[in-house]
Amino acid sequence: MRAKLQSGSKLRARIREGTDGLATGLAILSTVLVVAPLIAIFVYLIYKGASSLNLAFFTKLPKPEGEIGGGMANAIVGSGVLLALASLIGVPIGIGGGIFLAEFGRGTKLANAVRFTADVLNGVPSIVMGMAVYGLIVTPRMPFSAISGGVALGIMMIPTVTRTTEEMLLMVPHSVREAALALGVPNWRSVLSITVKTASPGIITGCMLAFARVAGETAPLIFTAFGNSNWSVALNQPISALPLEIYRYAISPYDDQHRQAWAAALVLVVLIVAAVSLVRYVAGRGVLKGAS
Amino acid sequence: MTANVPEIRISQSVTQPEPNSPAGPNPTPGQGARQKPASLAVAETSAIRGFLLSRGNSALADRGFHWLMVFCAFTIFGIVVLIVSVLVRGSHLSWANFGLRFFFSKFTDPDTHLPMYWDPVNGHFSALPFVFGTLVSSFLSLLLAVPLAIGVAVFLTEMCPRWLRGPLAFITELLAAIPSVIYGLWAMFVLVPILREHVNPVLIRLFGWTGFFGDDNPTGLGFVAAGVILAIMILPIISSLTREVMNAVPGSQREAVLALGATRWEMIRMGVLRNARIGIVGAVILGLGRALGETMAVTMVIGNTPQITRSLLANGASMASVIANEYAEASSDLHLSALTEIGLALFIVTIIVNALARLLVWAVTRGAPAQVH
Repeated sequence: MRAKLQSGSKLRARIREGTDGLATGLAILSTVLVVAPLIAIFVYLIYKGASSLNLAFFTKLPKPEGEIGGGMANAIVGSGVLLALASLIGVPIGIGGGIFLAEFGRGTKLANAVRFTADVLNGVPSIVMGMAVYGLIVTPRMPFSAISGGVALGIMMIPTVTRTTEEMLLMVPHSVREAALALGVPNWRSVLSITVKTASPGIITGCMLAFARVAGETAPLIFTAFGNSNWSVALNQPISALPLEIYRYAISPYDDQHRQAWAAALVLVVLIVAAVSLVRYVAGRGVLKGAS
Repeated sequence: MTANVPEIRISQSVTQPEPNSPAGPNPTPGQGARQKPASLAVAETSAIRGFLLSRGNSALADRGFHWLMVFCAFTIFGIVVLIVSVLVRGSHLSWANFGLRFFFSKFTDPDTHLPMYWDPVNGHFSALPFVFGTLVSSFLSLLLAVPLAIGVAVFLTEMCPRWLRGPLAFITELLAAIPSVIYGLWAMFVLVPILREHVNPVLIRLFGWTGFFGDDNPTGLGFVAAGVILAIMILPIISSLTREVMNAVPGSQREAVLALGATRWEMIRMGVLRNARIGIVGAVILGLGRALGETMAVTMVIGNTPQITRSLLANGASMASVIANEYAEASSDLHLSALTEIGLALFIVTIIVNALARLLVWAVTRGAPAQVH
């Protein structure tokens, strides 16, 4: 009887150990399955992109469809213009919203509503944002333009910047604010020069993350910035952008355009990965080095 | 792992009371510094602050600054109002013409007698094939991504050696930083050929008899391609949120289960996953929200044919992909309006899905230390 029980419990123990090993194996397997496509994407991107990059890519304008050669100088500059416009709109308003959440509205119903709306807005498809800006700017006043593209991207930055700014400001200790106030500094000055400044590495992190996110956005640009095969930096004219050109070139039937799409993709990814790595470096150094 | 846990608990107990306490940096003088002395330390600091702020030598500038910040916060509501008003106004024509039937109806082509859904030339519009395409590709992607994402999260939080955790977390973050158009590019030139040459023939041979894998589409594009690339794209968000939720499970739970003699897997199952399940559901729903609205990668591989078929290997179209394809070149006002109505539907669905997911994730991680995603 006892022997039987013992062998039963031994069997159970073995089954339990087996399940444990199986689960561990599955977890490792899924990690491999997740990491593999990423490495595949990266390796292929670097291989295809690096072999297609040349000086002409950075300096020349696109050739007409089907012709070999040309570059994307206008798209690179266009992306820069669009992102500068977007940051001009998204960063100040986003930081202001974050300051409100962390400094003025803390714990109020309004702040909770703002926070929740920002989180939900983060998940709204970018193409819907593009449609909203199209309806607001494109139809009534002017045709496709750089301004509408910049506004679309800027609006998309606001929720992200607001939330990260708030999270960073919440980490600033109260004693810092009180020390400033005790010296007779007005509250607005204390917020801007003391609290925001203390949290600035973290706030910059948030802005860079938002920047990296909108830098690759294509969908809202299709019917706002629209794209332009000529040289243009005018704000009221259609303007080219790297993600837009990647899309156009990828769906075109010509091999040379596919080649340039890969080159553009590599340039874009290097830009974004550089931003994200910089963010990790800054964040890793300690978000609030001076404060605590 | 267990060494970390007490720190997290401590920082929780420090940060948690603050948002609930009534006394924030409140510029209105004389208001409630000591109304609810929930925690002595907080009440005392805000008494000092209330006193300092009430001296009012810069009340005007302070008030102006306050309202400026309130304005910034209100732009977030403004964006929502903007989206809703523009989309509702834009879709009015389509709504007046088709009403709710827009999402259900189909027509019969007079020449071929085949079912038709979307015919901009003759002014027939029905969103049914796009709703179908969005749902099919999203659920396919969840089917592929959810088990993998949970596996990765379990591995990273519970099993992974410390030196490997940082790089792996970094890689999953990078995956989230790649623009969707580049996923689409890769999918067009690498994934689709692989599916076409190696995967689809196997699927057709093994499961062709079910009717779900028909062999009438030789391109390799279609719902399966869209589902796979979507899965790759939503994996990082699901796994990073799942990780966050699992980290929020107190270490004492793990220790308690281990102390009863559980193996590691039993500890994960009983101590961690069971406690984190609501948050994990939230993470999955958030991933669903991303999949529903994802545009570029899907547009590039789904085939862009508005049809409803049983075969998952057939070409299709999604709500976002039809907008991306046709919005800039809509042929008539009704066409534009119909596309806008699809956008409105997409907006409402993603708002609901995201709100639900946020509520679930908040319910679990509320009070956990702040993190940048």
